[in-house]
Amino acid sequence: MVEFLPPALILIAAAFLIGPTRGVVRDVIVLGAPLLTLWAIWQVPNGVVTTVPFLDYVIEPVEGSELRRWFATIFGIMTFVGGLYAYRQAKWYELAAAFAYAAGAIGVCFAGDLITLFLFWEFMALFSTVIVWSGGTPAARAAGIRYAIMHLLGGIILKVGIEGVVIHTGSIDIQPMLATNFDTWLILIGILINAAAPPVSAWLADAYPEASPTGSVFLSAYTTKTAVIALILLFPGEPILIGVGLYMIMYGIIYALLENDARRILAYSIVNQVGFMVCAVGIGTQMALNGAAAHAFAHIIYKALLFMSAGVVLYRTGKSKCTDLGGLFRTMPITTVCGIIGALSISSFPLTSGFTTKTMISTAATDEGMMLVYFLLTAASAGVFLHAGIKFPWFVFFQKDSGLRPKDAPWNMSAAMIIFSVLCIFMGVYPESFYGYLPYAVDYEAYSAGKVLFYLQLLLFSGLAFFLLLPMMKRTLTISLDFDWFWRVFLYRFGKLVVDAGTEFRDVFMWRWQSVSAVYMDRLRRYFGQWGMDNKRGMFASAWPIGTTALWIAVLLSTYIVVHYL
Amino acid sequence: MNQQQDDHWLVRPDSIRLLWRIFWAILALTVVLQVVIKVKGYFGVDGWIGFGAAFGFLSCVAMVVFAKGLGYVLKRDDNYYREEDDHG
Repeated sequence: MVEFLPPALILIAAAFLIGPTRGVVRDVIVLGAPLLTLWAIWQVPNGVVTTVPFLDYVIEPVEGSELRRWFATIFGIMTFVGGLYAYRQAKWYELAAAFAYAAGAIGVCFAGDLITLFLFWEFMALFSTVIVWSGGTPAARAAGIRYAIMHLLGGIILKVGIEGVVIHTGSIDIQPMLATNFDTWLILIGILINAAAPPVSAWLADAYPEASPTGSVFLSAYTTKTAVIALILLFPGEPILIGVGLYMIMYGIIYALLENDARRILAYSIVNQVGFMVCAVGIGTQMALNGAAAHAFAHIIYKALLFMSAGVVLYRTGKSKCTDLGGLFRTMPITTVCGIIGALSISSFPLTSGFTTKTMISTAATDEGMMLVYFLLTAASAGVFLHAGIKFPWFVFFQKDSGLRPKDAPWNMSAAMIIFSVLCIFMGVYPESFYGYLPYAVDYEAYSAGKVLFYLQLLLFSGLAFFLLLPMMKRTLTISLDFDWFWRVFLYRFGKLVVDAGTEFRDVFMWRWQSVSAVYMDRLRRYFGQWGMDNKRGMFASAWPIGTTALWIAVLLSTYIVVHYL
Repeated sequence: MNQQQDDHWLVRPDSIRLLWRIFWAILALTVVLQVVIKVKGYFGVDGWIGFGAAFGFLSCVAMVVFAKGLGYVLKRDDNYYREEDDHG
């Protein structure tokens, strides 16, 4: 029964067409296909609408629900605004890869079974790798290979888990489960790898900042948030996710504080923000899941906005290190203001989208009486303002005068940033406008005078801490080691040690073998070959006269007869 | 260099001093306002006057100090991995 083709197919078709087309036709495809996809997303009704027999299974490529449409919608919006931001500057293959990547994310949203989910999951891994490679530098190539290894590994773990579940339960349906046995653990680990959970969080901050200015905007949106919807669908209320989420939140803050590269600061803060969502999925109540979904939506917008402003700076100046930047507000007013709006939103400042979405997660924690979780989330909110809310705009646009006087963003990049800035504020001012579309009925008052005051205190005093501690946060030309040190350096050195030892062993062995074999070869040649100065033939290699041969045969035969009769 | 542009009002010492004063005033206001506006404490302590301010400030100090300490262990030169790749 094929009632409805997957909306992702529109973007896949567009990805195919971006390469061969030029000029206005390509522009129409890049800007039109995401809008068409958004329309298609909203035509998907609730429930399984398409089934296809595949091997012995019935797969369900399209299943609709509020949650699925919600995530697909933000992926669609992201593709449109990202396309607008990138279409005049990005290389065609980066754009095509970005559309295929977005198609993978939207495909996962509507996947009704684990097989479809896995196929689109791998689709994302492939094309996001192409985006990292489109950075074009040797560093991008190396980071892309590390990125691909990590995601293919995650894909294999996920696949083994899925096969285990299919064999043991006989069902390929996507339904809530808990990590209680080997199969479900593998599925959870496979998904968490894409969410940049510990100990493999490093792939994100390693790869995203190596992409092009436009590429990292696309990368920031899809992979981790697709992992969030997969967690909501498969592991709502899995308690381990609370701890994992809290770790990610703190990890993101601490590493972002240590970081010098502006885009890497933003990459660490993705891990931090996804940590809030993972934690919310772990809490698992309707309020928490609503919070995770709403926060994912808002997060994609303001994070892309932040990456866009950092991208414009990189595009105009060729620099993204805080030590090289500063004072850009003079000539880049639009980029600065949009960057600040993104920074305020990520910090969940009142009247921005972060406030109306992230506070749902904190409220969910208090509803469940989780005091420690609540206080850690609150401390983390202060930390977000510290590492992303102030640190990013301060070091890029203010700080010292770097002497750089770049032009402001090209018009299409400005337009994309303005659209997202307006959305950030709109979602902050009119939360009722989107609460109705969340997966569960919302009984939540976003604004109360007391709550606003509490957050203003929290955030403004974090700001005070930032400026008072500024001397401690002087930027240095450094990177920070992470768990990936174990595979990038330790395993490499260990492998090299093994290879070197092997080479040594082989050399000694070959030397011995040669001297031993030389002696035997010499003997062999004496009997079976030609040797010496006059090329004398060996005993078994020379031609014998017939008479001698006959004589020897006679001797052998008579010896035989004698022995026989004795 | 760029005398005129360095005179942007945001970077003038006078205006920075003014901004700091405004900032302190707003900070004080957010705490004082709590006398009038009741902050609902979910766990008791978070309803105290100035709790948000103290909690925000102290947790940020703690995070910065912790990050600084961790930095001594984990920070490496920018080219660390590149050198590893070249000679490692």
